[in-house]
Amino acid sequence: MATIEISCIHVWREISNYIDGEIDPEVRRRMEEHFKGCEHCSAILDGTKNVVRLVGDGHAFDLPRGFSSRLKDRLEKELKG
Amino acid sequence: MKQASRTPEYELALMERVCSGEKHLFYELIQPYERSVYIAAHSVLQNEADAEEVAQEAFLKAFSHLSTFRKESKFSTWLIQIAINEARMKRRKDRKGLYESIDQQNTDDEGDYFPRDFADWREIPSEALQRNELRQALQKALASLDEKYREVFVMRDIQNVSIAETALALGITEASVKTRLLRARLQMRDALAPGFDGAWKVGDGSWKKVRPW
Repeated sequence: MATIEISCIHVWREISNYIDGEIDPEVRRRMEEHFKGCEHCSAILDGTKNVVRLVGDGHAFDLPRGFSSRLKDRLEKELKG
Repeated sequence: MKQASRTPEYELALMERVCSGEKHLFYELIQPYERSVYIAAHSVLQNEADAEEVAQEAFLKAFSHLSTFRKESKFSTWLIQIAINEARMKRRKDRKGLYESIDQQNTDDEGDYFPRDFADWREIPSEALQRNELRQALQKALASLDEKYREVFVMRDIQNVSIAETALALGITEASVKTRLLRARLQMRDALAPGFDGAWKVGDGSWKKVRPW
């Protein structure tokens, strides 16, 4: 079955939903087709996925040093009595 | 969101014990969420000291309102919601009399965002994150986002909170979560991509070439 082509702009609009799987299967199929033939959009897809992966691995943002013990102290102090 | 491997039943039991007077168990109850609450506050305030202060206040508030927590919602979302509200309140207070920031206007969800034309930078290994430079670049990129985009990005992609829970915690619709997330992700990509073009090299330097020109 022939897939109706979609434009780059349309692909960008949906790229985030595509990554999250929040997308209609038909649109997904068209996008997959588009990525095969469009280097530009597939670079944007990879770059965007990369961002999501980089920030999501749990190392990107840490608690300040000593955060937990200061929190514990504060709670102990304020919840006393 | 990474959480301790304790069961919801255990958590509920802890909560009940805290509510019936065993205050010393409160820290144990909230301990798995301290990072989420801090990061949520930081997404609004963009400042370590303020975020820490607000996180502490949020936990104290959570303690005094613990009996109002409705068991059918997620405890983590409830805590994050409190932190976001506290952070917004602090920001409003600090900015009072100064100006209303333009980026707080709700005018932007429409209209397309056009990603900048970088050639691909397909493989940035996560190990690169141990490098301070890259962490700083992430922080800077995040700071460059308008708050409404940053909040959604932090919830979804840093805290791995679901679309529905993000909508709940931020008080916006699920459709807005998706639209804002799209903008945030594309902007994050744009903000980060050029840095990989020689500003720092990771591993074997196999992805030095980033720009087509």
